[in-house]
Amino acid sequence: MTERLLEVRGLTKRFGGVIAADAIGLDIARGEFHAVIGPNGAGKTTLIGLLAGEIAPQGGSIRFDGNDITGLSVDRRSRRGIARSFQITSLFSDFTALDNVALAVQAHRGHSFRFWQDARREAQLREPALAALASVGLTARADMRVDRLSHGEHRQLEIAIALATRPQLLLLDEPMAGLGPEESARMVEMLRKLKGAVTVLLIEHDMETVFALADYVTVLVYGRVIASGDPAAIRADRAVQEAYLGEQETSAHG
Amino acid sequence: MKAAREFYRKVVPASWLNPRAGFTAAVLAMLALVPLYAAATGDPFALTLFTRVLILALAAVSLNLIMGYGGMVSFGHAAYLGIGGYAVGILWKEGFASGFLQWPAAIAISALFALVVGLLSLRTRGVYFIMITLAFAQMVYYVAQGLDRYGGDDGLTIGQRSSFAGIVDIGNNTLFYYLCFALLLGSVYLVSRLVNSRFGMVIQGCRSNERRMRAIGFATFRYRLVCFVIAGALCGLAGALLAEHTNFISPAIMYWTRSGDLMVMVILGGLGSLFGPVIGAVTYLLLEEALSRVTEYSGLVIGPALLLVAIYLRGGIEGLFAGGRHDR
Repeated sequence: MTERLLEVRGLTKRFGGVIAADAIGLDIARGEFHAVIGPNGAGKTTLIGLLAGEIAPQGGSIRFDGNDITGLSVDRRSRRGIARSFQITSLFSDFTALDNVALAVQAHRGHSFRFWQDARREAQLREPALAALASVGLTARADMRVDRLSHGEHRQLEIAIALATRPQLLLLDEPMAGLGPEESARMVEMLRKLKGAVTVLLIEHDMETVFALADYVTVLVYGRVIASGDPAAIRADRAVQEAYLGEQETSAHG
Repeated sequence: MKAAREFYRKVVPASWLNPRAGFTAAVLAMLALVPLYAAATGDPFALTLFTRVLILALAAVSLNLIMGYGGMVSFGHAAYLGIGGYAVGILWKEGFASGFLQWPAAIAISALFALVVGLLSLRTRGVYFIMITLAFAQMVYYVAQGLDRYGGDDGLTIGQRSSFAGIVDIGNNTLFYYLCFALLLGSVYLVSRLVNSRFGMVIQGCRSNERRMRAIGFATFRYRLVCFVIAGALCGLAGALLAEHTNFISPAIMYWTRSGDLMVMVILGGLGSLFGPVIGAVTYLLLEEALSRVTEYSGLVIGPALLLVAIYLRGGIEGLFAGGRHDR
C-alpha cells in the first residue's frame, strides 16, 4: 500500500441553496498525480478552496500527512506543505518575477520579523527563487516587472510561486486557462516533469491533458463525486460519458 | 509631464546619478541651508516655518510607511501627533521636564494607541478601515477637549522645552532645527531599511495581493499590525517635536483635517517613494503659506492641484523625476 498524503471525508459546502461540495470523499497517495474533472459549476474551484483553507466547510474532514487540518487557516496549511495556483492569475503585479518567487521562498524560511538586512541580497532567498523560475523557464524574465509579462508567462509564474514554497501537495487550478495551443503544450511538458517529484491535484477542463498526465481521476458533478478510477476506467465509465464527456463534446463546438 | 522630464534631462548633466536623486538632493540642500538664510537675513520666521515643515514631513514619512508601502490608508494619523504632543505637555505640567522621559513616553504611548487601533481596524478593508481610523482619531480629539486640567479646548501652553540634562539645549532654535532635520533624515533611512528588509517585502506584498500572501504561507495580520505600530510610534515622535516647537498643544493638532493634510502631503510627494513625503510636505506647506498671504481660500488652489496630481502624476512630484525607471 502506498502512503496516503490526503484523506478527504464527507466534505460539504453549501452556498445558499447551491451545493458546491456534497459529501466529497477523496484519497491522494504520496507521489500521485490526481486529476479532478467535471463540467462547469461542478464545484472544482470550491474543492481547491476547501483544501487550501480559503473556504470553511460545513461538514466533513480533511486529513493531511496524518493530521486533521480541517480547521487550519490558509497560511498554516501552506506552511504544512499545501500550495495552490490560482485559476485567475494572482500575482504581485508591481514586483519583479524574481521578487514574486523570492517572497514565496521567504514565507518558508523562518519568520519575517527581520527589519534591517536587504532581503534582495539574501542568497538563501534568491537562489531557490531563481531555481524555481528556471524550472518553469522564466529565467530570462527574472528582473522584469510582472505587469509587463505576457499571460502565458503569468501562468508559468503562478506555478513557480507555488513550487517555491516546496510543497508536499500542489493544488493546480486550471493552469492551462487562457493559454494558446503552443503555450498549453509547454505547460503540459512542465507538469509532466513535476510528476512523481511532487504530489499533484490538478483541476483541468482539457480531457487530453488529464488523460495524458493523471494516474487517477475523480469526476465531480454538482459537487458530488460520480466516479473515480484510473484514466482508462474513467474513459469507459457510462455515467461519466453521460454527465461530462458528452457535454464536453458539444461545448467544444459551442 | 514628459516634456518636463526631457527638459530636466537636458539641463541636469548626465553625470548626476539620476534626476530623482538630483532633485531630492537639491531639496535637502535647501533645507540644510535654512538656518544660515535665517541668520543672514535676520528673519526668524523662515526658521519657524521650516521647523514646522520638517516636523510634519516626519509625520508624513511615517504615514507613507503604512499608506504608501503597506496600502493601509489611515485617515487618523494626526491622532499620533496629538498623543505625542500631549505626552510632552502633560508630563511638563506634572513637573517632569526631562526630555529623556517625555520623548520616550510620547513614542511609547503612540505605539500603544496604534496597537489598539490596529488590532481593531486591520481586519477591515477599504472604506471601513478609513472610517475606523478616522473615528479613533476623533475620539482622541474629543478626549483632549475634555481635559480641563490641560486647557481643554483652548490648549496648554508649555513653559519650557524639554531638558536633556546639558547634553543638548533644544531651547536654541537653530540647534532644534538641525535636530529635527537629523531625526527626519534618520527616519527616512529607517524606512529605507525597513521596506527593503524581509519585513518590508511582506508589507509590500500585502499591499499588492494579500490573498496570495496568505496562500504562500504568511500570517499577514501580525506583520501589518507591527508596521502600523512602527508608523504610530514614529508619528508620536513628530507630535512631541511639534509641541516642543510651538511650546503649545491643543486638540486642534489632531482634528481630522490635519490627518487629511498629512495624506495630501504623502500623495502629493509620491506614494511609496522614500523622499516623496518630504517633498510633499515642503511643497504643501510652502504653497499653503504663500497662498494664505493672498487669499483666505487656499483650498481653492490646493484642491485642484491635488486632483491634477492624482489624475496625471500617479508617482507624485517625486515620480516626475523618476525617468524611465519604475522601481518603488
